[in-house]
Parts: sequence; C-alpha cells; structure tokens
Amino acid sequence: MSPPLELDYIGLSPPSAATGRADDDLKGTELRLGLPGSESPNRRPVTAIATTLELLPAKGAKRVFSDEVALPPPAASGKGKPAVPAAGEEEEEADEEDKKVVAPPQPAAKAQVVGWPPIRSYRKNTMATNQLKSSKEDVDAKQGQGFLYVKVSMDGAPYLRKVNLKTYKNYKDMSLALEKMFIGFSTGKDGAERQKDGEYVLTYEDKDGDWMLVGDVPWEMFTDSCRRLRIMKGSDAIGLAPRSGGKSNNKN
Amino acid sequence: MTYFPEEVVEHIFSFLPAQRDRNTVSLVCKVWYEIERLSRRSVFVGNCYAVRAERVALRFPNVRALTVKGKPHFADFNLVPPDWGGYAGPWIEAAARGCVGLEELRMKRMVVSDESLELLSRSFPRFRALVLISCEGFSTDGLAAIASHCKLLSELDLQENEVEDRGPRWLSCFPDSCTSLVSLNFACIKGEVNAGSLERLVSRSPNLRSLRLNRSVSVDTLAKILMRTPNLEDLGTGNLTDDFQTESYFRLTSALEKCKMLRSLSGFWDASPVCLSFIYPLCAQLTGLNLSYAPTLDASDLTKMISRCVKLQRLWVLDCISDKGLQVVASSCKDLQELRVFPSDFYVAGYSAVTEEGLVAISLGCPKLNSLLYFCHQMTNAALITVAKNCPNFTRFRLCILEPGKPDVMTNQPLDEGFGAIVRECKGLRRLSISGLLTDKVFMYIGKYAKQLEMLSIAFAGDSDKGMMHVMNGCKNLRKLEIRDSPFGDAALLGNVAKYETMRSLWMSSCNVTLKGCQVLASKMPMLNIEVINEWDGSNEMEENHGELPKVEKLYVYRTTAGARDDAPNFVKIL
Repeated sequence: MSPPLELDYIGLSPPSAATGRADDDLKGTELRLGLPGSESPNRRPVTAIATTLELLPAKGAKRVFSDEVALPPPAASGKGKPAVPAAGEEEEEADEEDKKVVAPPQPAAKAQVVGWPPIRSYRKNTMATNQLKSSKEDVDAKQGQGFLYVKVSMDGAPYLRKVNLKTYKNYKDMSLALEKMFIGFSTGKDGAERQKDGEYVLTYEDKDGDWMLVGDVPWEMFTDSCRRLRIMKGSDAIGLAPRSGGKSNNKN
Repeated sequence: MTYFPEEVVEHIFSFLPAQRDRNTVSLVCKVWYEIERLSRRSVFVGNCYAVRAERVALRFPNVRALTVKGKPHFADFNLVPPDWGGYAGPWIEAAARGCVGLEELRMKRMVVSDESLELLSRSFPRFRALVLISCEGFSTDGLAAIASHCKLLSELDLQENEVEDRGPRWLSCFPDSCTSLVSLNFACIKGEVNAGSLERLVSRSPNLRSLRLNRSVSVDTLAKILMRTPNLEDLGTGNLTDDFQTESYFRLTSALEKCKMLRSLSGFWDASPVCLSFIYPLCAQLTGLNLSYAPTLDASDLTKMISRCVKLQRLWVLDCISDKGLQVVASSCKDLQELRVFPSDFYVAGYSAVTEEGLVAISLGCPKLNSLLYFCHQMTNAALITVAKNCPNFTRFRLCILEPGKPDVMTNQPLDEGFGAIVRECKGLRRLSISGLLTDKVFMYIGKYAKQLEMLSIAFAGDSDKGMMHVMNGCKNLRKLEIRDSPFGDAALLGNVAKYETMRSLWMSSCNVTLKGCQVLASKMPMLNIEVINEWDGSNEMEENHGELPKVEKLYVYRTTAGARDDAPNFVKIL
C-alpha cells in the first residue's frame, strides 16, 4: 500500500475544538446523553432500563452476566435482570471509556453488548454513513438534504471525483476518505514524486468563490460553505499553508 | 437395474435435481455412485470445512454450479473474530484443477481475494454466474478481472459484501463484446462508477433483467439507463436525491411507464419524497419492495407509496414506518408473504415507532405471511398468540426485542407462552429466532412442537441446561443451532452427542461451557471439529474464575470428513 497523503495541515484546527463543535451540532447527540426518559416528550417511556446489559463491555462483565442469568427468573423483574453489584458497575464505567461505539456518533455512555442487536455490519455501516436522524422534526427539516456532493480535483489527476460531504463527521473522516480515493494515482513519475515528499494541500472554494485552506473553520461551517475541493500540489500552496517549514515532516 | 446402460441410468437420475436425492441415490451401489457423481451438475457445500475442496472436485468433475458457505451465521454480528477462516482460495483452486466446466459459483460469508477472482476469471471458459453474499477480502480490481475475462458472463451479483474501492475502472472492463448480462448487482460497491460506461454496458445488454445500482449513480444516469431497459424486472436505484435535471424528470417518467415487467424495487439511497412520486405509477405491479436503506423517508412518505402496492409479496422497511404505517400495509397488501422491519436506531434503550401492535395488525391483514424479521422494543404474549393464530403459515419467524431479557411489557411475564404459540400453530416452521425474557419453558415448547425446525437462534434466554437439552432431544430436523449469552453448560453440550452428527453446526458463545466439556465431546465424537475460539489470552481469563473450570468464550462445533483444518489462526484451538 502506498503511504498516505501528507495531510497534516488538517491538524491546524485543534482536534478537540473541531470535534467539540461538531458534536454539539450533531443531531446524533440529541438522541441520548443521559438516562432513558430524559429525552424529548414524543419518546415512548421505556420501562426501567436500569439493566446494565447495555453497559456491559465485551469481556469480563459478560462472565458476571452469565452467572446472573442462571438465577431463577424473578417474576417481578420488570428490569429483566438484577443489576450488577456496585463493584461491577464501577468496573463497567471504567471500561466504557475504551468501549468503541460502532454505529452513529454517540457518547461513550451508550456502550453496547458486542454483536447486539443482531444487525449485519454491512447494514450498520451503511446506515452510519446515512447520518441517522431519528427524531421526526429532524427528518422533516432535513428532507432532501441528506447529501452534499462537491467536486474534488487533484492536481495531476486525469479526472475529478465527487464526494458527499454529509457522509463525513469531521475533517479527519474526510481527509481519510480523500486519501483513499486518490491513492490510485500513485502511478507514473508524478506518483513517485508525490510519495517522496508527500506535499499536498487541501483547499476549497467557498460560497464567495474564494479558495480557502481546509481546516480553519468548524466542520459544520465548512460543509455549509464548501462548493468544491481541490487537492493542490504543495509547491503551489506555499502562500497558504502556514507551516511551510514543517511540511516535509512525515507525521505518522 | 444393473443391466441398463449407463446412459439410461443417468437419464433417470436427471429427474432428481435435488442434492439430497442424489446423495441418497449414490449410496445404493458402486455403479450408481459412479454414474451419479459424473453426472452431477450442482453441488452445495453448506460448511466449507465439512469436506475438503479437492475431494469435492475429484468426486464431481463435471459440476456446473457450485455453492459454498464459510463463516457461521453469527459472523454477521461480529461474533467471529477476523481471520477466523472461510477462505475461498482452496475452492477456486481445486475447481480450477478439476472442474473446468464450472459455470456458476455462489459463495456466502467467505474470504475471497483478488488473486482468487483473477484465477476464477481465467480458469473456466464457460463461466457465467458469480454470486457473492456477505463476503470480504477483495477489491474492485478483482471485479475488473471478472469483467475482463469472463466472456460469457450473464450474472454478477454482489450482495452486502465488504469491497475495497480501487476506483471506477472495473465497470469499464466489460469488453464491447460482452452482451450477455442478465443480472448485475453492484449496490454494495462504495465508490463511484463511470456513468458513461454504465450506460453503454446497459445499452449492449438486451437480456438485462435485474440491475442494482449503487449509491453513487445519479437520477440523471438512472433516467438514461431506464430508457434502455424496458424489460427490466428488478431494479435497485442509485441515489434518489432531488438534485437532478428537468430532462431527467421527463425521461424517468416515460421510461418507467414502459417498464411493464418491473416487479421489484430496492435502493432508494438518500431518497427524497419528491422522487418517490415517480415510482407511484409502478406500485400496482410491484411484488417486492426494499425501503430498508432509506431513513430519509418518514411514515407518511412510506405509507403513501406502500398503500398503492396492492400486489406486494415482499416488503423490507425501517421501523419509522410505525404501527400506524403497518396498519396501512395490512389493509393494502393482502398478498404479503415476507416482511422485514429493521431498526433505524440500534440502541437498546432507544426508540422505535413499531411495537407489538404493528405486528398484530399485519397478522390480521396478511394471512399469507410466512416469513418475518421484526425488530422492536416491546412485545406481549397476547400479541404473539394472536399472531400465531392469524398466520399459521410461518416458515421463518425471527423476532428481535432490542433489550435482552425484556419481559412481556404488559404482564412482566416471560414470553414463553407467546413463542410457544408460534411453534405450536406454525407446523411448517423451519427457522426461528427468539428474544426477550425466556425461561426453560419456551425450549420445552420448541422441543415438543417445532418438528420441522432446521435453524434456531437463541440469545440471553433460558435458566439451565434443561433448556438446550429440550431442543437437542426434541427438534428432529435441527441442522443449525446458535446460542449466545445463555446459561447452558457441559451437561447440555454432552446431553445428546450423537445429535451433532445429524446437524451442520452448533455455535455457543458466552455460555457456561468449559474446556473440559469440549474435550469430552471431542473424545466421544471424533468426526466433529470442536473449535474453541478465544480472542484474547486464555490464561488471564482462567485466573479470574476463582479456581473454577475455565469457561470457553466461543465454541463452534461441526461435523466434518476433512479432519482438523490447517488454516486455523492461533486463537482457534481445534480439539
């Protein structure tokens, strides 16, 4: 595999700030930040989801759960299963940080049981890029805005591509995707050169027709104003990229 | 019979296409075995590790259609670690050596490499159909090889595979001389395709009956394509956003008018309700509709469309359709046979607009229903009992209540009685998935009544070993049993060891089976492979158990004539 494009200018806007803002705007966080029952009124109240099943990390606590299941079915158990003892709970919370949440962007508190619900990963992945909006108002508001196709050109490439900015959550996602998309052009002498110094700068044309460096503004603002993208050769972009000295550093 | 010339016997056998019958016939005597094996045209291998590829190729040199399945079903839900196995390579290589007349290859849940696809494309001069379902390991370069070299290709069907995108050139690799395409499905390809190449390919494929595009194909391109395919029977759209040109609107409307044979629709990526209105004129003739990848459509969009689909037999939809929407389905689609309702929100404590009420409404309105996959957040015994009475024809019934172990939401009771009713009333039930709060009782019902059951999926259910033993002893036709997070241990595992020889496989994960139990099973049943799968270092886990016997995290048991496989990774121990 050829080495990735050198896109370290993306790191200009501090990652935490960009992600933070993106998270705030993400409709996904509307879904749940706290306990069930604290969401918007049109939700059906779910009976006592204090089952810690949803918080179980992949290992360790699973063992605890299996033991619990062996108990006689508690008749009054609206909760389904007795709660894990306090010590177990602490362990779970600690594990939550590491828990990787696969599908739409959600806070770590919604850790899931591995492989549950039984949905094919293909479907999970496809729906994740759909940027699910489960609240009705959002669906109505965003009708027909599930896409935002912009052209992407790369200096030296024989043809342009189009990408849907709505499928990315932040700059990192987009730059990874662009890397993948244009990796096919590492052929011929142009490619060899590119691999050597890896100097490309990602720019975009905004609403006013100006060419801007990608990464300065919050992600949501960027998607609102971006009309097309251009991957410029580093040599052409000396004026734009502020870290002219550090450009040749391989940031791996 | 022995005095008949071989050709006559072979001719008689040609009236027995079913694999089971041919297997039986080949057991009668050596002569019949020979005649049968040389005339066998289609071979189905349900578990790629149950038999050696070379052996299949040697026995059936004249096979034309080969189907092979790899990973166990729970691999779909990431329960099988990557690199576990299921490699297509040995099968394609063996066929390339011994079965050059191969025309069709179908693979499911296997790891297929580009090299294998390249080999496939060059080894079989009459090759015409490739179907890959839930496979991985290949890229669009592999597809380019298939397109380039399979001169007689009529079917390329890619369903839900993980395909690495290496650019759009693969589609342009179909030579101009390729005019034989009947079915092309590339919906799972993530990248873009060249619109011009696609249009030209479609134009020179007069026999095209099934076309499933991917998300990158615009409405403009779709409109142009449909002008060329008036005989299309099955269409998967590209994206249906409302960003298209006015000419496309007219093209699309007039093209769809001519598609009198169109019966099945899918795709609807990023669908805008505006685009749906094009489809309305087609609705009355549709028998199949898959809207399960269209979260942009709300309940009213969906019902507006579905209420016109009076001939619908198969419907896949997201739960945003809501109970009310399902009522509309029930009153409009009287011929409905298969329904799948997928969750739009995968979170256990999330929200769903469908409940047991929607399911009951469907059962009332659609008595022909025989196949169900239903995700919801709540269920009641009463609802299930009603459904069972209304729809006794179920052959496949899969209910997934998103919260593990959730009881009847009205009575707080386990859902034993509800599922009991299903197995009692639906005498032809072949596949069942259960969920919610369930005790050993439900397994008693299953063992007692589900005599035709072939596949059972269990999660977070049962109280004791008795549960699993009811199933093992009672379900005479059981072929596949998969269990997760349920309290079944060694006693259940070893309760009926002879049964495993009659089954394809058993999967148990996060249960109470110990290594000792597995070893006992291995020693009693040498014709089984007992795979103990531990993703992490087993020794740490053992210490945590306070001196108890180490529990096996994941267990996969299957009958085999091939012995222990030699491609197992180091985290798989075969006893």
